[in-house]
Amino acid sequence: MGYLEPMTSSTPAAPEHRAAVRITHWVNTLSFVALVISGVAILMAHPRLYWGDVGNDEMAAAIELPLALNLKHSGWGRSLHFLGAWVTLLNGIVYVGSGLVLGHFRKRLGVTSAGRAVDSSYDLPQKLVYLTVVFVLLPAIILTGLTMSPAVTAAVPTLTALFGGRQSARTLHFFLAVAMVLFLAVHLIQVTRAGFGSQVRAMTLGAKRR
Amino acid sequence: MSTETSRRAFLGIGLSAAGTLLLPGCRSVLPPSYGSLIGLGDTMTFAAHRLLLPRMALAQEFDRSKISAFPAINTTDPKDETYQRHRAANFVDWRLPVDGLVTRPLTLSLEDLKRFPARTQITQHSCERGWSAIGEWTGVTLGRVLEAAGIQAEARYVVFRCYDRLWDSIDLIDAFHPQTLLAYGMNGGEVPVPHGAPIRLRVERQLGYKNLKFLRRITVVDRLDGIEKGKGSLAAEFGYSWYAGI
Repeated sequence: MGYLEPMTSSTPAAPEHRAAVRITHWVNTLSFVALVISGVAILMAHPRLYWGDVGNDEMAAAIELPLALNLKHSGWGRSLHFLGAWVTLLNGIVYVGSGLVLGHFRKRLGVTSAGRAVDSSYDLPQKLVYLTVVFVLLPAIILTGLTMSPAVTAAVPTLTALFGGRQSARTLHFFLAVAMVLFLAVHLIQVTRAGFGSQVRAMTLGAKRR
Repeated sequence: MSTETSRRAFLGIGLSAAGTLLLPGCRSVLPPSYGSLIGLGDTMTFAAHRLLLPRMALAQEFDRSKISAFPAINTTDPKDETYQRHRAANFVDWRLPVDGLVTRPLTLSLEDLKRFPARTQITQHSCERGWSAIGEWTGVTLGRVLEAAGIQAEARYVVFRCYDRLWDSIDLIDAFHPQTLLAYGMNGGEVPVPHGAPIRLRVERQLGYKNLKFLRRITVVDRLDGIEKGKGSLAAEFGYSWYAGI
């Protein structure tokens, strides 16, 4: 078992990834890209953000985004966004489920009671960021997204109350998406610094460290 | 009597809907987006909503103090000659046909619609673009009108045609939802022309574009594939999801 071998070098080596992690990673990559592109396409139809229940062109915006108004792309944009959202959700359930059942989170992202990392592939800040993305940002972005659904909020009005209104949920959804894109940027920088080729190979083929 | 018939029909449709959504071969209640790749997410959303969400759940209703500014977009005064004639005469000769798979086709005047028990609701209109507005709507529930016409057992969708050339359709679950209105009043007055006079459809659990303005005709059908391009609405022909409960 790769995990149990002592690390012989201090340079970060590409960790071995389980098949479940590798497959869900790349499925998520595709759906993430689809969500960002379609999210911008939808946002272009009304690049103004508000707080509270309502907001429209006849009201003051909390934030006016520097994005050109374009009404032509919200149709396919929304359909692609929901396709991406469904894939992310189902893929996320497989990822989190397998991570919990197979002990991936405990082994890779866990911290011992002494505050030491269980697995030294990732340092403590990295682990905290991953845990935050998986267990805070993703659920929050799904819930704020659902709060924009008139059918869902009719059934679960608590959602609207939780985020302080439909427009608040929309604004939060936007900033959560920005946080996710920033995470992706840092993730790509880290992967590049650790050796892009070997990292991608490890995430694709599960290759052993070299 | 007709009420009983349509209730039974409605109940039967409800039960079969739950069943057929699980059977890929049976497409009677699958949305028109079914079959296209980009529409797959919308189809899944529709299926999930119909299977998981309570069918009669009410959209949030607000206090009068929450009524907000309400932009009027798209067509704000249909060019259609007949519409302009009705508009000039304050809609006294305007009539709304209710036909298709009904036992008693109706032709309703504005006064006829106002004789039905009225419902007033203050709800949020959520435009697909992202903005929203809160308004007060008064009208008759579509369900009451359909019950008066007596929908037949094969009925699956209600199709709406409008003077601004838009047309759309909803399934019977939204058609019989207690907040689905044929609204003749807005914010205490008549529905203003830019907001869809004389009658605007309110489908509170779907996005703004399903809330058609300037209603011209209501037709009950068993399938949508024979109508226009078979996509269930003009919006869908322009790439918007037929189901907008999102």
